[in-house]
Amino acid sequence: MSDIADRVKKIVVDHLGVEEDKVTDNASFIDDLGADSLDTVELVMAFEEEFGIEIPDDAAETIQTFGDAVKFISEAS
Amino acid sequence: MAESLMAGKRGLIMGLANDKSIAWGIAKTLAEHGAELAFSYQGEALKKRVDPLAGQLGSDIVLPCDVGDEASIDDLFAALKERWGGLDFIVHAIGFSDKNELRGRYVDTSRGNFAMSMDISVYSFTAIMQRAEKMMKEGGSALTLTYYGAEKVMPHYNVMGVAKAALEASVQYLAEDLGKDGIRVNAISAGPIKTLAASGIGDFRYIMKWNEYNSPMRRNVTIEDVGKAALFLLSDLGSGTTGENLHVDAGYHVVGMKAVDAPDMSKG
Repeated sequence: MSDIADRVKKIVVDHLGVEEDKVTDNASFIDDLGADSLDTVELVMAFEEEFGIEIPDDAAETIQTFGDAVKFISEAS
Repeated sequence: MAESLMAGKRGLIMGLANDKSIAWGIAKTLAEHGAELAFSYQGEALKKRVDPLAGQLGSDIVLPCDVGDEASIDDLFAALKERWGGLDFIVHAIGFSDKNELRGRYVDTSRGNFAMSMDISVYSFTAIMQRAEKMMKEGGSALTLTYYGAEKVMPHYNVMGVAKAALEASVQYLAEDLGKDGIRVNAISAGPIKTLAASGIGDFRYIMKWNEYNSPMRRNVTIEDVGKAALFLLSDLGSGTTGENLHVDAGYHVVGMKAVDAPDMSKG
């Protein structure tokens, strides 16, 4: 697993309080990991801070799963 | 000694969302100096966040309030009165606008969102002070949060700039009405801080960089900076100050143009 994926996973595990093995590529933040709508905004903010990138709203809306997040951040950073 | 500044003072914090909130910086500072705190929240998603934060500061008073609903505000103050009897201070850290209108042109603001932004971001403070006044028999201090976008045009701030201008004006009128009863009413105009609420504002990272490069102190402010200014206004240190809009923005509001040493920036 890439360094970026590890760092994203750590943020997700810490923020949502879920088991690490639940955070798979296809895991949806809302449907599978129990995030509410504010969690999704907070996660995006945490990703921005960790990776020093800006994730615009329209991009943030496409980040539904852990895999989506890793893919977007890998391309942006 | 530090504890004595707010010792014996009880206050309500409205609008805490998470540990990035300006309201959190204020609540932490007040608690460190001995204040006893209650919190209000709107909706279960926020209750989930406020409960543990209140617990961290030794507070178990976490009450629901929808500031758009008069009955809900009445319920909040009835519950507080039952618990405490009186009230010494209030922090109003509430604002709302449709985020789709916090980008693009102000001129395109809809009537519906204009009315809602004014109701939730401006009138709510007046509505709260109507109730708080009755609980501040021995005087008190109230604080709201505003932004420089009320005074000058800032990118994307749009209808919130207009709402904050109205909020700042209402601080002055409230200060006049309540001053003779020893109730002080002030605002803090904080520089941009990356909060949950700010995530709705377009190009926020650019705005923060610009402030960092161009403010006299060449930095952004933190929620702790705002907390310390709030401590001044809410404690007896601010005993002679009312109707004031205190800028906690690393001095940005005095700047007339880009700093010569500031790097050129593209939106990126």
